[in-house]
Amino acid sequence: MTSPSSSIDPGPAIPLSQRLAARGLDGLTLLVVPAVLFLLLLFIYPFFYGLFLSFNPKAGGTLANYQRFFSDSFLYGTIATTLWLALPVTVITLLMAIPIAFRVRVMKHQRLLTTILVIPITLGTVLVAQGLLSYLGPQGWFNRTLLTLGLISTPVKLLHNYWGVFLSLVITGFPFTFLLTLSYLSGVDPALEQAGATLGAGPWQRFKHILLPLLLPGLAITFCLSFVQAFSVFPSAVLLGAPAGPTRVISIAAYQAAFEEYDYSMASAVAMIMGVVQLSIVVAVLAARGLLYRGPAGGGKG
Amino acid sequence: MTIHAASFRELRLDRLSRDFGTHNALKDVSLTIQQGEFIALLGPSGCGKSTTLNIIAGLLPATAGGIWLDEKRIDPLRPEERGFGMVFQNYALFPHMSVTKNIGFGLKMRGVAKAEIERRVGEAVALVRLQGQTGKLPGQLSGGQQQRVAIARAIVVEPPLVLMDEPLSNLDAKLRLEMRAEIRRIHNTLGATTIYVTHDQEEALSLADRIVVMRDGQVRQVGVPEDLFSRPDHLDVAEFMGFRNKIAGTASSVSGEHATVAIEGAGIVGRVRNTVTPGLAAHVAIRPEDLHPVAAGSAGIKAQVISTEFRGREFVGFARMADGTDLSFLATERLAPGAEVTLAAEPDRVLVYGAAA
Repeated sequence: MTSPSSSIDPGPAIPLSQRLAARGLDGLTLLVVPAVLFLLLLFIYPFFYGLFLSFNPKAGGTLANYQRFFSDSFLYGTIATTLWLALPVTVITLLMAIPIAFRVRVMKHQRLLTTILVIPITLGTVLVAQGLLSYLGPQGWFNRTLLTLGLISTPVKLLHNYWGVFLSLVITGFPFTFLLTLSYLSGVDPALEQAGATLGAGPWQRFKHILLPLLLPGLAITFCLSFVQAFSVFPSAVLLGAPAGPTRVISIAAYQAAFEEYDYSMASAVAMIMGVVQLSIVVAVLAARGLLYRGPAGGGKG
Repeated sequence: MTIHAASFRELRLDRLSRDFGTHNALKDVSLTIQQGEFIALLGPSGCGKSTTLNIIAGLLPATAGGIWLDEKRIDPLRPEERGFGMVFQNYALFPHMSVTKNIGFGLKMRGVAKAEIERRVGEAVALVRLQGQTGKLPGQLSGGQQQRVAIARAIVVEPPLVLMDEPLSNLDAKLRLEMRAEIRRIHNTLGATTIYVTHDQEEALSLADRIVVMRDGQVRQVGVPEDLFSRPDHLDVAEFMGFRNKIAGTASSVSGEHATVAIEGAGIVGRVRNTVTPGLAAHVAIRPEDLHPVAAGSAGIKAQVISTEFRGREFVGFARMADGTDLSFLATERLAPGAEVTLAAEPDRVLVYGAAA
């Protein structure tokens, strides 16, 4: 209160702690402090530091880094290269996850399967990449099997090109996408499908008219999270791809600026551009999601 | 009213069974339902009534037995091929569709022309009195309104059979009475054959033409409400129909329709409902409203008062017999806890069941 109403007796003062508690500030609030500090120190500060740094180039005006990025096809081309990897990978993992989640939803040993699927996440991208290096190589099991079966006459080249990175991203990204999709699918009341069936809707119509509209908002979120993961691909692009050519993704450009040219300012600019590209895709998807029905996926008052 | 029920003569359940691995959820359930009947499947939870309904709807496969609609065997058909209307316990309205879209869904799936859908949805909306709510999403409706949408959605396709799974259990007491009358009114208007699952005997008694009492996956008794209410065949059915006092004793004599059961020295006379053999164990079943305190020293069941509750017109008393059997009865005044009472009922209001029940 700022009004000087000194003529009215305010009565016994309410203790500060109670007044703070009424505004949602009490002892429990302190539990948030470590997280806030952590965010400030390790995310917010570095972010603004990088933003600031990117506008202080080694040479030239404020926007010199950005001008350089967008005038050099070797640099701006990485955006398309990365999108060309991240978007198909995200779409394909999602398209694979949906039917499998549909099947797994009605399975009895769901936990066993989800455990098996979680393992690739825990292994990390580097181990998966190493495994793929020998598995997909010209002398690897994959090619040897195809050759033995007579399906191919010369080994298929799946390493050190687009497909190596693509496959590794699908393998490491799929479990995450799948688990999210499964959890969204489990959130849809099974009675809705049953109601659809008693009203004469076949399996495809039930999917199209009932499940899909209720799943789409969740799938949009899944898409965003999987996309961001795939977009920041680095280890598999280096290990399994052709980092000088077709899989020269944007994170490699940032890495080279920072640790080969020692131009941290340029590297920050690349990171900022990377962030803007990711953000614009995510914002576009979330905006489209805003047009969908987003209420509860239950059949009524439970 | 142009909504009407598709016609058939009878629906026959032929020794339906359902095995849930370890236990039999349903055992040899046979039942014949005539066109236009309102049938209530009544029983405590876990008795198999919902399982029966889901099997009829096609949502659960039976492990044995068959379902026949006249001469056509329908149990191999998928739910979407049976075309029965179903009202779910939680309504299962499509949350992303407006009231109009929800109600019109079944017609759309049947490929009915748009103008025709519009006309029939309009009629259904009028029938369940939801005019003015048609643009809303289910989440914006009250429980009673959601219930009306669910009913309209099930009947607008003119199904030969309407299945209702405890449709009133999520509503508060007042709304439940209102919707009960509404369901009966809609049934009277359309004449659609209805199978209604409930655990509430009052609901079953007031709505149904015939009641099927189930227990442990089996049909215990089928009858019109009046019969079930006053002449249950089995002790457990009697208990379920409101004969809450179940007192064990020994049959002492049987003469015609009546038998005398010795309970702690007193002879209680009642109507015989199954085979009662003198000298063997028997139970008497009495409704609380038929059991009254009588003068001390007269024939009756002796018990000790635990408490009395005021119920407006009368008092409901709770008492315990020496062997621990709890009784409830009707009294005209408040009784002191701990007091000894003698309770008795008119012989015609007492049912006697032999040990076999």
